[in-house]
Amino acid sequence: MVEIVTQLWGGFLVAFEPLNLMLIILGCTVGLFIGAMPGLGSVNGVAILLPLTFLVPPTGAIIFLAAIYYGAMYGGAISSIMLGIPGASTAVATTFDGRPLAKLGMADKALTAAAVASFVGGSISVVLFTFFAPPLAHVALTFGAPEEFSLMMLAFATFVGLGGDDIPKTIFSICIGLVLSAVGLDIISGEPRLVFGDIPGFMHGINFLVLAIGIYGIGEMLWTVEENYKAGGKSMMSDATITVARTISNLKELMGTWKTALMGSFLGYFVGILPAAGATPGSLMSYGIAKQISKNPEKFGKGALDGVVAPEAANNAASTGSMLPMLTLGIPGSPTTAILLGGMVIWGLEPGPRLFTDHGDFVWGLIASLYAANLFAVIINIAFIPAFIWVLKLPFTLLAPIIFLLCLIGGYAPTRDMHDLWLMIIFGIVGYLMRKLDYPLAPAVLAIVLGPLAEPALRQSLLISNGEFSIFFNRPFSGPIMISALILLFLPLLKPLWNLVKKSKAKA
Amino acid sequence: MRKAELAMASVMGIFSLYLMWKSAELPIGWIPEEGPGGGAWPFWLSAIMLISCILIIVNWYRKKSPPSQSEEAFMDQGSMIAVGLVAGSLIFTVALFYVVGVYGALPLFMIFYVRFLGRHSWPVTAMMATASPVLTFFFFDILLKITLPKGLPIIEETIFYPLFKIFL
Repeated sequence: MVEIVTQLWGGFLVAFEPLNLMLIILGCTVGLFIGAMPGLGSVNGVAILLPLTFLVPPTGAIIFLAAIYYGAMYGGAISSIMLGIPGASTAVATTFDGRPLAKLGMADKALTAAAVASFVGGSISVVLFTFFAPPLAHVALTFGAPEEFSLMMLAFATFVGLGGDDIPKTIFSICIGLVLSAVGLDIISGEPRLVFGDIPGFMHGINFLVLAIGIYGIGEMLWTVEENYKAGGKSMMSDATITVARTISNLKELMGTWKTALMGSFLGYFVGILPAAGATPGSLMSYGIAKQISKNPEKFGKGALDGVVAPEAANNAASTGSMLPMLTLGIPGSPTTAILLGGMVIWGLEPGPRLFTDHGDFVWGLIASLYAANLFAVIINIAFIPAFIWVLKLPFTLLAPIIFLLCLIGGYAPTRDMHDLWLMIIFGIVGYLMRKLDYPLAPAVLAIVLGPLAEPALRQSLLISNGEFSIFFNRPFSGPIMISALILLFLPLLKPLWNLVKKSKAKA
Repeated sequence: MRKAELAMASVMGIFSLYLMWKSAELPIGWIPEEGPGGGAWPFWLSAIMLISCILIIVNWYRKKSPPSQSEEAFMDQGSMIAVGLVAGSLIFTVALFYVVGVYGALPLFMIFYVRFLGRHSWPVTAMMATASPVLTFFFFDILLKITLPKGLPIIEETIFYPLFKIFL
């Protein structure tokens, strides 16, 4: 313990060197704005700015990239809340309640909640990172394909069991998201699959952002255009304001969500450690569990503060967690850490257990910079909230074309294929029609994000068990998770039966 | 709204059948030593989609879901025009990307939306139509090096090559 504290102190001395401190502040600010752009997330920020890091020493370089990573994780929530468009997959779950809060004129509350929850998630995870890195990495390695698939089933089952929406429509929404995620090349045989009309654009699959921006950007905006027309052009995007008194009251209300923040932080951190999982499943699972344990699950999706806190605490915690397997084992936990890993190799550092002994100043400098980046990111984020609120107060007919512009660029940027732009507009129009008919759309977005992870996990599990589904039930971690998922899945069927039993008892 | 509920469920049901047929182009059963065939995952998911659509139609018949109970029109004429104009202008803008590129299409979209749909003044319209492509160009093409569509080659060669020479 004393040794860790001493090394951490040494790390702080490295992180607070003037050049490194400047890189932290610059990285957080750049990351915040990149993360806030629909279609761009931490992975884009880190990838785009990686070449710049060759101008500074390796420690400064990783500190800069880690700060961008943190800043972008904070920034992802901004477009989710303000525009209803998830900037990156990690911020999908923030849209579910962040956007309704903004529509209710409480964008300031949602933005403050996201910033504070991110700070809590980041702080807890970095402490866990400092003190419990090796044993947690060991537990994470026992998670195989069956456990990963069971976790994803639990996320889907939460929507069915506790979503409160029409059940056949929810199941339809989940399945269509999963099927759309299967478009492209079959991961095992390499053969083209579901390539509609032999159009080459489908060969690279359907990027989740195309569906997410289509549904939440274009579809949501078409819905708002209709509402705006019905209100005689008087409805605004949001009538939020921000004052010191409101901020204090928001912070007081946030105190009531501490349990959710803690749950999200621990869960996010652990899911982040899992190889090939990362912040996206972490934030979605955290949202699902927050809904499960909430006293008011019916408020979720309509502007519940816990619905913002849970995913934001989790995605920041997971972003720290995903650095653990990268540093200790050389296995990246997310696409962003994969790029960081590439950077480390270019700088001549070999990730793995020896990194902690051979390059202690580098590792501890990075860990200490995570503390600093977390603090600066929350300060910068909160400082910019009034500016974000001001943007929301623009007249709808000025804000709407800007949002459409961001949607078009956000849909094009990930693949740079015009095919995806057309697809996004189709998803937008179909999403708008489905929304009018009460089809829940969040499960579809969740499914297209988790689909590319769920299918290989299922296929690998069945291959291990030679086609026996019992593999999901007879393993120590997978079993309880899968049973919980099945209970949730059949909960809507059990509820009427339970009511019948209660009625017959009452009659007797 | 009732008709729309039935129409959507029927269209989605047919789409599910199409997806099942399309998935079956790859093996959907168990392949020894390889596990489930490449088409199995989307095939069975599409089958569940089809069952869901049938259940939605059953609920529609039994008037169980809110849209199936609603006697309201799915969309009134005014809303249809408002949404249609916006959706149409977006489609037209994306089509223009092939010809005049993002930086030619954006000002036109802004003029249409801000001036004709939003009824803002010409100075505001001019500011939006000028600022949006300029800021987009410097942020995406120059700073982030995300090359956005430039339209016909002649536009790229005559306008953007010189700009790239200056700023890159």
